[in-house]
Amino acid sequence: MTARRLVNGALYSVALPVLLLAAWAASPLFATNRFFPPPSRVAEAFVKTWLNESFVVDVLPSLGRLAFGILISIVLGIAVGALIGSFRHLRSFSEPVLEFFRAVPPPVLIPVLAILLGINDQMKVAVIVSGGIWPVLLNAIEGVRGIDPIMRETSRSYALGPVTRLFSVVLPGAAPQIMTGVRQCLSVSLILMVISEMFNSSSGLGYRISYFQANYLIAEMWSGILLLGLVGVTLSVLFQIAERIVLSWYHGLKEVERA
Amino acid sequence: MPESPVLLRVEKLKKVYETGQGAVEAIGDLTFTVRRGELVCIVGPSGAGKTTLLKCIAGLLAPTSGSIELDGVAVTAPPKRMALVFQEYGRSLFPWLTVAANVGLPLKNSGVSRDQRMAKVERTLSAVGLDGQGGKYPWQLSGGMQQRVAIARAVAYDPEILVMDEPFAAVDAQTRADLEDLVRQLWSTLEVTVLFVTHDIDESVYLGERVLVLSSAPTFVQEVVEIDLPRERDQLSTRADPRFIELRTHILEQIQIAKRGDARTKGTA
Repeated sequence: MTARRLVNGALYSVALPVLLLAAWAASPLFATNRFFPPPSRVAEAFVKTWLNESFVVDVLPSLGRLAFGILISIVLGIAVGALIGSFRHLRSFSEPVLEFFRAVPPPVLIPVLAILLGINDQMKVAVIVSGGIWPVLLNAIEGVRGIDPIMRETSRSYALGPVTRLFSVVLPGAAPQIMTGVRQCLSVSLILMVISEMFNSSSGLGYRISYFQANYLIAEMWSGILLLGLVGVTLSVLFQIAERIVLSWYHGLKEVERA
Repeated sequence: MPESPVLLRVEKLKKVYETGQGAVEAIGDLTFTVRRGELVCIVGPSGAGKTTLLKCIAGLLAPTSGSIELDGVAVTAPPKRMALVFQEYGRSLFPWLTVAANVGLPLKNSGVSRDQRMAKVERTLSAVGLDGQGGKYPWQLSGGMQQRVAIARAVAYDPEILVMDEPFAAVDAQTRADLEDLVRQLWSTLEVTVLFVTHDIDESVYLGERVLVLSSAPTFVQEVVEIDLPRERDQLSTRADPRFIELRTHILEQIQIAKRGDARTKGTA
């Protein structure tokens, strides 16, 4: 029964990608366009472009900066968010400023950060953090603020210390909302990873893709876009696994409430 | 039996809320004492400021004037030796912690070692009838069982006084009877002082050694009723006892008077 459901689920989730690939493969039968090479051409370019030293020179450093950027965004976002969310005055004091900074599109900061930090890894990580931190931070503030007042009173009445309160009440209580922020952080960070490598850069995924674009290496360009898509899917799978673990109680609770 | 010393003293308590529409006087002038080892019930019509009173006693809310003393020490913050059981067990237990972790959290916080803590949690869970449920999450249990978890958490904290705010208002009648018996049983075996707030008159008579009847807001103690029923109580025989019926009728009358609002402050009741 469950095995059958698993197989069915797998069939459903691969059906559309297979159909799209088939359509793509069949498209040269009807018309050819040099900007849309067939999948075989892109697959060939994928192997030639990425599965060699470029994986070490371009892909791994990009992924490393992405990982660092995401990690800093999450840790800093949760830490500052928990602090601001816990104190009403701090919240009303800082929220307008936070909303303002969040509204600034991070790519415009690239020249500024390049001057401040130089053109290096730190600058690229800073660009990722400058956009990735906001969803985590704002959701953490909201999540901490929204903890049930009776739970707050419970922890006060049992005189729970600040450390116990933070790790056993505040952070788990805000976790569902924080995870929503983390999910947004992942997609924003991937975009910013690419953008941070498109200017003043000589290596990295984003650099290579814009190089291919500028030099009419169309199949190579598509292979880069494909690789970015795969990175995005991997991030999302990792997120879902982490979410299942961190929020297993939350999903259980919701299931009981729905029943 | 010699009277035991006073544990909780509430004197001339007054609480006024400042709202947008002006001041609302929730508690007018409340004075009463609870002796060590007593089980005192507080009943009052709805809107009598019962929850406000408990929050003041628990140190969660500052009174406008008057004083609260626990064991001779003024209550200005949540007292260490007091444990609270809220009506909303679903919002008071932490859904991300297992039953055992919920009960053990206050102990962990006060630095009780892991082994001692686990032993204590297990003992307490079995005392409230939750043997072997420690590994579950609260939301996997029924409402009545969840309230047992909250009671276990309070009891494991080793309080001098257990303060319960309409704890059984949200459970069905049969579960409620079981939980009432549990409270009586814990009270007599643990020799803990219990302050039990309810809007249910029968419950107050069944549980209490003394019942404080509150007036409607602004609240004062309208009457103190000694419950001279035998110490051993039983859902069938106690509730059929003519004295039980007399007492509940008397308190019901008092509540009716309170609702009409024609009782007057009798100095310090």
